[in-house]
Amino acid sequence: MNNVFGNKRAVLVFVGPALLIYALIMLVPVIWSLGYTFFTGSVITGFEFAGLENFERLFTDPKVGEALLFTMKYAVILTIGQILVGYALALLYVFWLKKASSVVRTLVFFPIVLPTVAVALLFQKMFEIAPQNGLVNEALNLVGIASVDWFGTADTAFLVLVIMDIWRSMGFYAVLLYAGLLDIPEEIMESARLDGAGSLALIRRIILPLSLPVLLSSIIFSINGTLKVFDSVLALTNGGPGSSTTPLTLYMFRTAFNYGNYGYGSTIALLLTVICLLVTIFIFRSSRRDLTKN
Amino acid sequence: MTTANHARLRRAFLPVIAGIGAGALLLTGCSGGSDGGNSSDGATEFTYLSLTENTAVADTLTTLSEGACAAENEALPLKVTNQPQASFDQQLQLLAGQDALPVIFAAGNTPQVAKDLNEAGQILNIGETFDELGVAENILPAASSTIESLYGEQIALPTEFNVEGLWFNKQILEQNGITPPTTWDELVDAAATLDAAGVQPFSASGEQGWPLTRLVGNYLFRTIGPDALQAVADGDAELTEAEYVEAAQAVADLGAEGYFGEGVGSIDYDTSINTFTSGQAAFLYMGSWVLSSFNDAETNQLGAENIGFIPFPEVEGGSGSSDQLAANVGVPLMVSESAYNDEVGAWLSCISENYGSVSLGDQGVLSGFTVNDDSIEVPPLTAELQAAIDASGDSVLWTEALFNAQATTTSQTNAAQLVTGAITPEEFMQLVQADLGN
Repeated sequence: MNNVFGNKRAVLVFVGPALLIYALIMLVPVIWSLGYTFFTGSVITGFEFAGLENFERLFTDPKVGEALLFTMKYAVILTIGQILVGYALALLYVFWLKKASSVVRTLVFFPIVLPTVAVALLFQKMFEIAPQNGLVNEALNLVGIASVDWFGTADTAFLVLVIMDIWRSMGFYAVLLYAGLLDIPEEIMESARLDGAGSLALIRRIILPLSLPVLLSSIIFSINGTLKVFDSVLALTNGGPGSSTTPLTLYMFRTAFNYGNYGYGSTIALLLTVICLLVTIFIFRSSRRDLTKN
Repeated sequence: MTTANHARLRRAFLPVIAGIGAGALLLTGCSGGSDGGNSSDGATEFTYLSLTENTAVADTLTTLSEGACAAENEALPLKVTNQPQASFDQQLQLLAGQDALPVIFAAGNTPQVAKDLNEAGQILNIGETFDELGVAENILPAASSTIESLYGEQIALPTEFNVEGLWFNKQILEQNGITPPTTWDELVDAAATLDAAGVQPFSASGEQGWPLTRLVGNYLFRTIGPDALQAVADGDAELTEAEYVEAAQAVADLGAEGYFGEGVGSIDYDTSINTFTSGQAAFLYMGSWVLSSFNDAETNQLGAENIGFIPFPEVEGGSGSSDQLAANVGVPLMVSESAYNDEVGAWLSCISENYGSVSLGDQGVLSGFTVNDDSIEVPPLTAELQAAIDASGDSVLWTEALFNAQATTTSQTNAAQLVTGAITPEEFMQLVQADLGN
């Protein structure tokens, strides 16, 4: 093997084509977008070199601050929600439903394969107040509570968004964590039980530490996915009411494509990339700790 | 692999990556600088890029291609493609960047996109072209002046000539002893009477936003005068000034009383029309393009004879007048400069001569073209509106006509919050002003 990798030509033949394709379809657009951050204008009006103007604007634009705050809030709440519900479901599959869990697993997984727009329409109808009450408002009316304009205020719109996205993705995280839980050797569990460990102690002392690697992978998946949230927001609230549910991705999209400002849009994209990178590095670093030491 | 090999490889790839980066930077700067020139001899098909939501123009062009413009269609066949309104500006920018604009296309959502295209030399000057073709008299002077005040030049075909105002349900007003209001105070009193009688006073789409911001804009035109928003566009006034905030306050007050009904932010365009035509609301602020729905007996349960039109009422003590109707040219069409050739010219001549008649005859919609067929029977409601247009003086543009794309979005996406009380009138005006960039 050392001989093969020591041969420069062999490296070039093996790696070259893949690297070229990767460079063409990944690196070039990324670097191209990076180039845009130093320009203002659009494809219609032409581009002008603007130096660091876009970066200055980025740090003074209150909308970036709002969008960033919303993105962080959404990412943290949704990651916690997805992982907790997913983990609870995984525990349910492994320790309660056991072999009978396949039907439930399939049903809970099903929303992830549905198109986001279809799910968003479903939730819009469920939570609507006009022209007629949706299922949720009808249920509230039944117990004597007045209808709520769910998409009319920032907090309620955010709540619907969180509920929808957790419902949509919990099946995926449940399966991911389920696979991790299956890897825990039954002997260890059995010996813990013999030592008198109750259900809670079993989860805290055995299951949680041994499923930590897959849990961390899930967190990385979740936080990176939620930081880049776009389609579900666009389809469910379109960033509204006002701009109260507008994440950085939607603001970036509107800036570049609706407002025709590609340079500033690319600068927002760069900010998002840096945030994703930092979060991933932080999680990777913290996951390198040797868990068996203590 | 040894550390030395690693270092060598890294050294070898660094210049490559740096080269890609520098090249991209250079190309980025150069890519948009093209003048959009087209070396071909013009179009081989009469391609039309339509808004998915607007089928009226495509239908009229199709009718023309099969009838009055069959010969032109033989030489240059009509081909219609659709693009949803939400992503229309994006599509125009994409096509313009590749010098691939269709022969004829709906102008973008914001006038700024059309102005940018025109400045980049990609749009045909309709005024000059029609003069050369000898068909300039086929465009109504009022439509020409609206296009010029909107774009600065005659660069669009007025497929509609709309005036906007308040449509009202005659039966509901009569039943509640209300005469059509002529002042804002009368309108507010009428709304209070209707609300007390259990009738929803206004139907409006908060999801679209613009039917609500139109009320703010018209109020400004009535209080400050027809130049109210031109002054803002020119930087001579700001929306945060007290007299501008007063307009937002007046509309917010209607919302605070619940006059727009429940969940106004979730009401889409069609629902707002249906609410009115099914007799569930007394007033609807809308443009005359809605005549096609009103004149359609299948969709209009009220019957066109039960619908009346009044201009936006005057505000007592204001400088504006209700004679100044808000006007626009609907979905104006633009023609690609590079796609123009003799066949396209023939098509444009045919459109100018026949569009007005087909649009009015088939759809009951008033266009900015002259109606050259005297045999067209005009529905009574359309005739009534024509009379209102004839009786009106100057026209005014709509609220966001002179705003950039960002301020337009901010205005329209926050309109529902203004009437639900989620933001104050001061906050609403501050948000829009901040995005105007003046």
